[in-house]
Amino acid sequence: MTTIQSIAGENEQHPDVALVERVRAGDVSAYDTLVRKYERQLFRIAQHITQNREDAEDVMQDAFLKAYEKLDQFQGNSKFYTWLVRIAVNESLMRLRKRRTGKMVSIDEDLETEEGSVPRDLADWAPDPEQNYNQAELAEILRKTIQGLPQGFRVVFALRDVEGLSTEETAETLGLSIPAVKSRLLRARLQLRERLTRYFRKKAGSKELAPAEARPAK
Amino acid sequence: MTCTEFLTLLDDMIDDSIAAETRAEVEKHMHKCGHCEVIFNTTRKTIEIYRSHEIYDLPNDLRNRLHAAIMARCKKGC
Repeated sequence: MTTIQSIAGENEQHPDVALVERVRAGDVSAYDTLVRKYERQLFRIAQHITQNREDAEDVMQDAFLKAYEKLDQFQGNSKFYTWLVRIAVNESLMRLRKRRTGKMVSIDEDLETEEGSVPRDLADWAPDPEQNYNQAELAEILRKTIQGLPQGFRVVFALRDVEGLSTEETAETLGLSIPAVKSRLLRARLQLRERLTRYFRKKAGSKELAPAEARPAK
Repeated sequence: MTCTEFLTLLDDMIDDSIAAETRAEVEKHMHKCGHCEVIFNTTRKTIEIYRSHEIYDLPNDLRNRLHAAIMARCKKGC
């Protein structure tokens, strides 16, 4: 007689949920695993929002500690990662508030700019334009460019396009409507594109050399 | 399709969350309009570059130090 396996009842648990349950049962090493899994992302998100390295270090620690203390409140309605990101975003905003003592800080600041909404620089880019810069130069260009975005656009871009959260998750994390997320994302993408064109445009009169031929290997 | 309409569909095109019919219309517009084709390609490339390059590096020694600090505080808390 064969045993009937119930496929419908199979509990496909996300590995994070299993880890959270182990932490709740008193296994701190399971939290160690969760921290290792997400520390780079939280650090990045904190940097994107606070624009300050020391603050990002503090925020990252505070976020993980707060998540640990509030672990009982994680219901599993959202992914653990999304829940964690929301804590990190809130810690980042609180840290920003402390720095600009007294002034209200929200992600809605400075959204009046029209820059980039209507593309103006229509120059095409060189093929593989990043190859025209070394690693350090490229990182600096990308950092400067994204740091020039208004906070409200930058955070949406960071969460959606860099960290890979869905539109719904981004909306939930930031307390925005879905149309608001979509509109900010488009503006962010267009503004970044506009600014990067300055660095990545095809040089006038340049021959169509493959990047490997154009520059000697470093 | 106007260029303004194209812009409203740009995100959906890039994210591939667009109906097949609409996608065909957008592609038709891009074939006719070199500017919009450039906008599409360079916007897509923008996202790709930010996705594939780490701009906020977390070097290992800093990472380990922060990790140790986090776990020390958690252990104290429990």
